Amino acid sequence: MLKLEGVNAYYGYIHALKDVSIEIPEGKIVTLLGANGAGKTSSLKVISGLLKPETGKIQFEGKDITNLSVEKIVSKGIVQSPEGRQIFPELTVYENLIAGSYTRKDKNNVKSTLERVYNYFPILKDREKQSAGTLSGGEQQMLAIARALMAKPRLLLLDEPSLGLAPLIVKEIFEIVQEINNEGTTILLVEQNAYQALSIAHYGYILETGKVVHQGEAKELRDNEKVKKAYLGSS
Amino acid sequence: MAVFFQNVIAGLETGSLYALAALGLVLIFRTSDVINFAQGEMAMFSSFIAYQLWKPLGLPYPVVFIGAILFAILFGFLVERIFIRPASKASLVSKMIITLGLIMIINGSASALFGIDSYFFRKALTADNIDVRGVIIQPNALFIITITIAIMAVLFYLIRKTMMGISIRATAQNETTAKLMGIPVSRVYSMSWIIATVLGAIAGILIAPTTNISTTMMTEVHLKSFIAAVLGGFGSFIGPVVGGLIIGVLDNLVGMYISLTWKTVIVYGLLIVTLVIKPTGLFGKVHRKKV
Repeated sequence: MLKLEGVNAYYGYIHALKDVSIEIPEGKIVTLLGANGAGKTSSLKVISGLLKPETGKIQFEGKDITNLSVEKIVSKGIVQSPEGRQIFPELTVYENLIAGSYTRKDKNNVKSTLERVYNYFPILKDREKQSAGTLSGGEQQMLAIARALMAKPRLLLLDEPSLGLAPLIVKEIFEIVQEINNEGTTILLVEQNAYQALSIAHYGYILETGKVVHQGEAKELRDNEKVKKAYLGSS
Repeated sequence: MAVFFQNVIAGLETGSLYALAALGLVLIFRTSDVINFAQGEMAMFSSFIAYQLWKPLGLPYPVVFIGAILFAILFGFLVERIFIRPASKASLVSKMIITLGLIMIINGSASALFGIDSYFFRKALTADNIDVRGVIIQPNALFIITITIAIMAVLFYLIRKTMMGISIRATAQNETTAKLMGIPVSRVYSMSWIIATVLGAIAGILIAPTTNISTTMMTEVHLKSFIAAVLGGFGSFIGPVVGGLIIGVLDNLVGMYISLTWKTVIVYGLLIVTLVIKPTGLFGKVHRKKV
């Protein structure tokens, strides 16, 4: 569905992505793992169009999207829930969700998406009229995912949904992510919490200083000694 | 008591013009963090266009009014496109200095095109004054207050209830994320400049009968709209409106009851005291810095 081929990207002189090639098959959850600064978020930025690659190509459903604007990429169905949630704090929960539906052409169906999203995250319905800044961290993360879902993405990009959340809430969010995937949305999941990510992903890539150093089926990565040592922090 | 009411109405009249201009400032500031120092000059230029349509061309007032607003729409659009957008990657300070440069450019063009004289401009309504139990009311003052309320009602509706408003506020709070939601932020900027220029033009056209039309006509309104925005709080949309009205009314009441010579000092002294007590302005929340 989505293919990065030999992508090189820079922030000024910093070589953030070095010849990165990633493939995301339709209907799957693919995870990008790695430490801080490994290039996970940069990969997402390149896909979303916030960071333009110096060389390399990005294809979505066979079409080149490398040079499209961020808005165009969103309207093609690639939607990101950004790192650190980045909700609009002074908008209400409802307005945040509506903002997420900006690119929808089928305005009449937005309401049914809203219901679907409230179904995943019932707490958001209770908080509908509250300004988003008053939500707890976990609720804000739910809102960030829900807001991205409002665009009816074909490919959902999740940047560190577990960041700063209590284990119980992380578990809840990951269950919902899996459910969203079961209902047909392809997901690219960026995580530092490798253990959680590999428990729901089908396939994984491991990044180190801007390069893909490992890739494989999630199960295989889970059992790989080197991966275990470096990222799963276990014996 | 009649004098008191007369002064309050006069204060609301000028105050609502400060409020309109202040809303324009705040709108641009909220969406792009830029303070448009040229807002007053832009309004002056639009007022000159209104004058050109009225006197030399002899068009009826409603046509003049609408013509000037159409000009302001184009003007705001062009200024954003030509001067602000190319500098989108520059620092905020540079952008604000661009707007300072715009003052020179617009003021210079206005003197070159329209001359440095000052011209009489008609009121919107020229009907006779109404006497309500000794309170003399100018219909034009009521017109100004009403039209300001109407404009603000429309604006608040747009900002609060429509997708356009949500996209403006979303961009104001977090530009990058707004982009990630597919919101065309450059169109939002364009839109905020257009609306702000129109608000300024309306303030200019309505104040012109008092100030006359000249290249310096907006100096006081611009300054006061600034103070209105600071007093009410740059972080909210309702704040500058209340700020503008307070300044308008206080100006008149202090001038009437305390001292005409000391009114400016007293009014702005009070404002400084207010800001010392509440630095974010009356309605301001702490402005969240965009990341």
